[in-house]
Amino acid sequence: MPNGLTYRLVVIAAAALLCAAGIAKADTIYVSNEKDNTITVVDGASLSPVKTIAVGQRPRGILLSRDEKSLYICASDSDHIEVLDLAAEKVVRILPSGRDPEYFALDPAGKVLYVANEDSNLVTVVDIDRGEVVTEIPVGVEPEGMGLSPDGKYLVNTSETTNMAHVIDTAKREVVANVLVDSRPRRAVWTDDGAQFWVSAEIGGTISVVDAAKYEIVKRIAFAVPGMPAEAIQPVGVAITRDRKLAFAALGPANRVAVINAQSYEVMRYLLVGQRVWNLAFNPDQTRLYTTNGVSNDISVIDLAALKVIKSIPVGQLPWGVVSRR
Amino acid sequence: MAPINNWRPILSLVMGLTAVAVTDVCAAEQAVKIGWLSQTANRTVAHAYLDQPPTDEGIEGARLGIADNNTTGHFTGQSFELVERLVPAESDIAAPFRDLAANNIRLVVTDLAAPELLSVAALPEAASVTIFNTAASDDRLRGADCRANILHLPPSRAMLADALVQYLATKSWPSIFLVVGRGDGDREFAADIRHAAKKFGARIVQEKPWTFVPGARRTDTGHFAIQAEVARFTQGISYDVLVVADEQDEFGDELPYRTYDPRLVAGTQGLVPSAWARPHEQWGATQLQERFLHQAKRWMTDRDYAAWMAVRAIGEAATRSKSADPGAISAFLRSDQFELAGYKGARLSFRPWDGQLRQPILLADARSLVSVSPPPGRFLHQFSELDTLGIDRPETKCRMG
Repeated sequence: MPNGLTYRLVVIAAAALLCAAGIAKADTIYVSNEKDNTITVVDGASLSPVKTIAVGQRPRGILLSRDEKSLYICASDSDHIEVLDLAAEKVVRILPSGRDPEYFALDPAGKVLYVANEDSNLVTVVDIDRGEVVTEIPVGVEPEGMGLSPDGKYLVNTSETTNMAHVIDTAKREVVANVLVDSRPRRAVWTDDGAQFWVSAEIGGTISVVDAAKYEIVKRIAFAVPGMPAEAIQPVGVAITRDRKLAFAALGPANRVAVINAQSYEVMRYLLVGQRVWNLAFNPDQTRLYTTNGVSNDISVIDLAALKVIKSIPVGQLPWGVVSRR
Repeated sequence: MAPINNWRPILSLVMGLTAVAVTDVCAAEQAVKIGWLSQTANRTVAHAYLDQPPTDEGIEGARLGIADNNTTGHFTGQSFELVERLVPAESDIAAPFRDLAANNIRLVVTDLAAPELLSVAALPEAASVTIFNTAASDDRLRGADCRANILHLPPSRAMLADALVQYLATKSWPSIFLVVGRGDGDREFAADIRHAAKKFGARIVQEKPWTFVPGARRTDTGHFAIQAEVARFTQGISYDVLVVADEQDEFGDELPYRTYDPRLVAGTQGLVPSAWARPHEQWGATQLQERFLHQAKRWMTDRDYAAWMAVRAIGEAATRSKSADPGAISAFLRSDQFELAGYKGARLSFRPWDGQLRQPILLADARSLVSVSPPPGRFLHQFSELDTLGIDRPETKCRMG
């Protein structure tokens, strides 16, 4: 296709110019589209979609491999995980996952995937090299969020109907603690220092900040958007900067991302993004935050220096997960 | 303590758990016994013979709720057991209720019609029991006939009517032609539609009872008679939507496509307001639909959903109050700390003035979810938009003794 070729040449030329000018190489953004079974590739320099890749059924959670050469995809309705080669832009391997994989975590060495099987109340541990399920760990009803501590020693899994964060010792592969949080917990995200994990509760409308040594809630962060009914505030995605200065919460049908002072837990402001915002991802140098907006079928780009939404980029239908790599 | 038999499969399931966790479970085990009382209803032959009501309607929802509660219970040291009493139509309902009470059960989930529900609630043994209504949508149970010992999971007819008329108002389809069947429930739903029309700015331009009984509708060419009758019935009236009140499915399914003017049908058929619907897959509903399908080998109905919610509400209150004491659980259920996630994107809780669970109402036809009421931001309320559905505190006739 001449148009596609021209476009690609322009993109390459633009990228070359940027490199020549000594600007850090822009990132590439990958978005899973739950409804149309694709991954959209977005160029971080031009902030435009450049490619759509067909993958398995109902792709939701996505993760980069440690070498950032592959993308792991939870293909929920295909009941497996796909490995997308990012250079070849095609699925090159299938990993087992147990039924209905929704979301997962990768160990620091990049060897093991921990998968939440939403339908069967299990966390499945998958050895990537061997392509085998190592074990299954029983957890609460509708496991969803998967947060691995920075040292990889503890995995926090949330169960949406049990309303708990289950702390799993990854060496023993056993549940060692349970923290009761507010209704319908979704994400569990660790601070980079490993001192805390933050758990969003979609129906409870809060984020619980949990002390990772004592397994105690140290703060419940609540949200209030002027003119918006409390029922519409449904936190899902959470992102915390490496320096733990700022945290961000995607508030679902409130169509806003809350900006939180991660030291004082004060909500600083609300940024209007697309409709039904769910998942969040930083770019590699943490100067931007990307959000997936499931109803408006786009992603929003937030500039973190200005704390402003700078662009909406159309992607596929029902965008779910997002990651960014150099 | 729960009988050890109930724990064996659970324990084998959680073999992977730590010794510590299992020890915790055993050491602190709190057993919550929940009674189930249902009476088979004598149904008239439903016209909608394509969808015969399942014989295990309701109880399968309660059983799934127990399974969900027990999964959580592994981690909190609580176990849940459903003690089931199912009795045939027209048999004595007091005896099985007394039997549950004699077994020291103080939380009883019922699938009963309003008269039977009120009769068990009035028993002396019921004074210290919290009864969960999962089947009766009668307004009077939330009004003049409300009882302090009953909590209501299904929406009242008034809530359903409000939900539908809110949607019609939002669409600017204010003119309603109301057609009413012969049942008491039909007349109540019609009255609720009239009330809702006043509340939300719609109009009843015509109201007619449905009296035609087409004996030959299943015989060859019977459809001609129905078609002609519906066309005659709706001729010469100017309206936006034909709203039908026909809970027994006697004629409502035969109104669409047969009206004189091309008009939509809503109410008990067509676009139906309900607590749960087969096409519902938002807010994680797919997971509940799939868990239920897997267990019951059929789709979840709104009665199954109400029973699931009753058992889940008990489980949630037990988890949060860290208690298996029925008194503590009941108190927590009625407190403002209680919130239940019901796969409808809202925090559900019980209205203190009539014991009704506040909840969004789905508007769906057989194959698609059309809307969810209340539509956000459209009908404002001082405390909760969910309280724009049904009888609000200032207008309630409920006086709990």
